[in-house]
Amino acid sequence: MAYEKVNELNLKDTELCLGLPGRTEEIKQEQEVSCVRSNNKRQFEETLDDEESTPPTKTQIVGWPPVRSYRKNNSVSYVKVSMDGAPYLRKIDLKTYKNYPELLKALENMFKFTVGEYSEREGYKGSGFVPTYEDKDGDWMLVGDVPWDMFSSSCKRLRIMKGSDAPALDSSSL
Amino acid sequence: MALRLPSKVLEHILSFIDSNEDRNSVSLVCKSWFETERKTRKRVFVGNCYAVSPAAVARRFPEMRSLTLKGKPHFADYNLVPDGWGGYACPWVDALAAKSPSLEEIRLKRMVVTDECLEKIAASFKDFKVLVLTSCEGFSTDGIAAIASTCRNLRVLELRECIVEDLGGDWLSYFPKTSTSLVSLDFSCLDSEVKISDLERLVSRSPNLKSLKLNPAVTLDGLVSILSRAPQLTELGTGSFAAELKPEAFSKLSKAFSNCKQLQSLSGLWDVLPEYLPALYSVCPGLISLNLSYATVRMPDLVELLRRCSKLQKLWVMDLIEDKGLEAVATYCKELRELRVFPSEPDLDATNIPVTEQGLVYVSKGCRKLESVLYFCVQFTNAALITIARKRPNLKCFRLCVIEPFAPDYKTNEPLDKGFKAIAEGCKDLRRLSVSGLLSDKAFKYIGKHAKKVRMLSIAFAGDSDLMLHHLLSGCESLKKLEIRDCPFGDTALLENAAKLETMRSLWMSSCFVSFGACKLLSQKMPRLNVEVIDEHPPKTRPESSPVERIYIYRTVAGPRMDTPEFVWTLHKNPEIGVSRLAIK
Repeated sequence: MAYEKVNELNLKDTELCLGLPGRTEEIKQEQEVSCVRSNNKRQFEETLDDEESTPPTKTQIVGWPPVRSYRKNNSVSYVKVSMDGAPYLRKIDLKTYKNYPELLKALENMFKFTVGEYSEREGYKGSGFVPTYEDKDGDWMLVGDVPWDMFSSSCKRLRIMKGSDAPALDSSSL
Repeated sequence: MALRLPSKVLEHILSFIDSNEDRNSVSLVCKSWFETERKTRKRVFVGNCYAVSPAAVARRFPEMRSLTLKGKPHFADYNLVPDGWGGYACPWVDALAAKSPSLEEIRLKRMVVTDECLEKIAASFKDFKVLVLTSCEGFSTDGIAAIASTCRNLRVLELRECIVEDLGGDWLSYFPKTSTSLVSLDFSCLDSEVKISDLERLVSRSPNLKSLKLNPAVTLDGLVSILSRAPQLTELGTGSFAAELKPEAFSKLSKAFSNCKQLQSLSGLWDVLPEYLPALYSVCPGLISLNLSYATVRMPDLVELLRRCSKLQKLWVMDLIEDKGLEAVATYCKELRELRVFPSEPDLDATNIPVTEQGLVYVSKGCRKLESVLYFCVQFTNAALITIARKRPNLKCFRLCVIEPFAPDYKTNEPLDKGFKAIAEGCKDLRRLSVSGLLSDKAFKYIGKHAKKVRMLSIAFAGDSDLMLHHLLSGCESLKKLEIRDCPFGDTALLENAAKLETMRSLWMSSCFVSFGACKLLSQKMPRLNVEVIDEHPPKTRPESSPVERIYIYRTVAGPRMDTPEFVWTLHKNPEIGVSRLAIK
């Protein structure tokens, strides 16, 4: 599941909306505005009352919670970092790093390992350690694929997978 | 026999009246009182820069020395107002430069200010003393340099949470070597490093300096050096505390703080490590205001600090304080009047918000003077709201943000109607209210019925129908500002209560179901309202029933504004011939 999105950019899934996934034909969303455009008020209620299905993955609502962007930019965003085999987790503040090299260096120092060489095609090769992260949608992604800003705002937790646990991503497994 | 008060006597009486609300009342008594009042008003407040023209203000108040202006609607703070909407300071500065050359003070909030505008201020007002820009944008540090270099008698320069194009720290060196008048300087929102020697010299030659708020680029060493030159400070915003703790550094810092015997207000404290907090202990007993909302310090360290602050009246803190920390506040900070608890992870997904309704209940019970609350948490209960209302009927401002939209009382699963009813009924002096959580129309019926003094009301993700809006517009007598988002209704209540809108400063509704036709009809019915439809992505054709993204309505005597961007629709820009009959559902 974690590797489904690596090569295919599923635009529908990244579209912001207030309702449950799958209702996009009725509730059209613009990227910037959280707006339930529907002439039918019941439509709005239906998306809320639907308790039987799994709760919708929470997506971003513009301007909510009402915290000034000035304050949001200055806030911390601690994420848990786990390393396969390590006895306890650590926490780091993503905002203290400006780019991937800084982050990876800090992780390497923290857990005493080295990460391999990153390439878009093959991920991390060379050391058997693969840094991954869980994004806002609950999917596990490879660290390094998306621009730093996008990563740091969507990363919920980090997991450094070790050698044998990290399946190689080659053309045969896709 | 009609007794007329000689205007000289009236002038003398009016010199004791500062409140603009009172002066506004005075000006309504009769023509001669209007004349005397307007000729003696020195401090002018304009809550909406588009409600009146700059020329009219300058004309009416020839003795104006201080002007305060507000621009964008409040929800602009949360990115709900697209860039380019408006709120330009330039037309005001241009008009005032020509007609009010004796102006000394300008305070702007949520306005677009350019460097040219700042240069014009510097050049036009010979005795300019005070510039306070809050949540403004559009200028660079060059504009600040112009103010610093040209305003010989500058006393106050405060940039509060502005978005500034930072071209470097040189602006500070533009204060002339002869300037000694500075009383307050706030550059906390700037990024660049200033030359510490320039700052030291400025501080040393400013004996009246009482308030200084540094930016995060100022190091601890810099702070120590500044404090030693300005022990008379009453308000301090520190720079960054991120430096590695060294014993000599710590003792120097401690000593510097202990020499500031008049310090009453402390803020900044970015990245403060808990090990540094004891350096602040010496100033705690004198502190009246403490802003820890950028300090990621945890509860035990916070409690150690706060239990020493027995005189504290204003506390801004992050939710890292936890309920337990708020219990300590309730125990030790008996003078508390204002509490703001901000989310450390301002994220919809945050599952681990460490404060609950219990924290606010503790403070409501323990702090008798508490009158202003801003509180973020994940969920709430009616019982807690009822307790808060019962314990603190003296609340003037109550802003509760339950981060989970539509969250009911998590113990009973009911809407939070009863809780907010208690607040509206019990807190008779409530002036500002923000509601959240699951709320039905009933909640707003109660608010409309009881919240007679509420002037500003903020609502999100609430209500069932148009009745919500109707209750508020027909009930809340003192309502001046209403802002609503994501409540799926609007037309009927809006049109039925159109007259109410002229008694208010403004109404904002976004992501509601206000139809385009209703907006057109309202614009036509109410010529003294500016009705703005703000749609960043308008559909190609706009049927009457299509909902609009945002609507901003405000009363004005200045007529339609001429500086609307493309994405703002007004009737003035689009004169319609014949509005078809609306079928309002």
